[in-house]
Amino acid sequence: MKMHFQLYRFNPDVDQKPYMQDYHVELEDSDKKLLDALVRLKAVDDTLSFRRSCREGVCGSDAMNINGKNGLACITDLRDLKQPVKIRPLPGLPVIRDLIVDMTQFFKQYHSIKPYVINDDPPPERERLQSPKDREELDGLYECILCACCSTSCPSFWWNPDKFVGPAGLLAAYRFIADTRDTQVNERLDNLEDPYRLFRCHTIMNCVDVCPKHLNPTKAIGKIKDLMVKRVV
Amino acid sequence: MVIKRPVIGAHYGLKDWLVQRLTAVVMLAYVVGVIVFLLASRGGSYEAWQHLFACSWVRVLTQVTVLALLWHAWVGVRDIWMDYIQHTGLKLAAHTLTILWLVASLVYSVKVVWGA
Repeated sequence: MKMHFQLYRFNPDVDQKPYMQDYHVELEDSDKKLLDALVRLKAVDDTLSFRRSCREGVCGSDAMNINGKNGLACITDLRDLKQPVKIRPLPGLPVIRDLIVDMTQFFKQYHSIKPYVINDDPPPERERLQSPKDREELDGLYECILCACCSTSCPSFWWNPDKFVGPAGLLAAYRFIADTRDTQVNERLDNLEDPYRLFRCHTIMNCVDVCPKHLNPTKAIGKIKDLMVKRVV
Repeated sequence: MVIKRPVIGAHYGLKDWLVQRLTAVVMLAYVVGVIVFLLASRGGSYEAWQHLFACSWVRVLTQVTVLALLWHAWVGVRDIWMDYIQHTGLKLAAHTLTILWLVASLVYSVKVVWGA
């Protein structure tokens, strides 16, 4: 099967500005996912740059904008894509080269919510235990692979990436707010109570629409707001 | 010139978010009330409107709804400026103009609701 691709190309050492390059590639029956096609393209044109690692939707390296929607190349079925398949880097982040973006800002926001359990109590003899019910609350939160599909599809993150934590960061924030082993819940809420950090979310749910792990950052953000309301009312 | 540092942590925002939701409920209740009136009075003649607004409590509820609308608009319009205007001075100017416009609207609404 022959497929037609249009890829965003930009090499800051050579190009004045980015451009779209056409590729027609003959695919084998074993090429099932978009990443298979990209690897095949790379064999033809080794100047093409993109990130990939696990090739099974676990590492989150190959997030890109596929026909206008963010997703992971490795779990996107080739046969479902409308041709020409337009591949661009994740929107809103600086492009380093071709499909590779600079994720510094994204990870800065992730680190700003302190993504680790903080517990000031003396450690018990063995581990800190959770009841199965308390543990259940973390389902749908801990599975995030930090691919940045959600945050880079969020207009609030495009306009204020330095101030708005973004859906990925806020999902992670709730993951630790909801963790019964963490003792910093009030400090975490204080950290987020800011018109920019949390309240730039206008619940448009682009994040939910694109999440390749089918997580729901909007719901998590709503739960953070619920806790803040409970705190003051 | 202030040194360029990312500064965050204003420790407010919840109240505005909550107010926007509560004022929306007030406006919804008022709109439902007006629709019920329109249905009950079969479209609402001039006399029916005059009779309705002769009641003080209707005027009070209308004024409360206008207040809710203006407060709601303040949060919403300020959100738009926060989203799209990056320059602090420009943003402050936009906020000030919005407040002036909303206060003027409030004064005018008092004249309309409580005037003869």
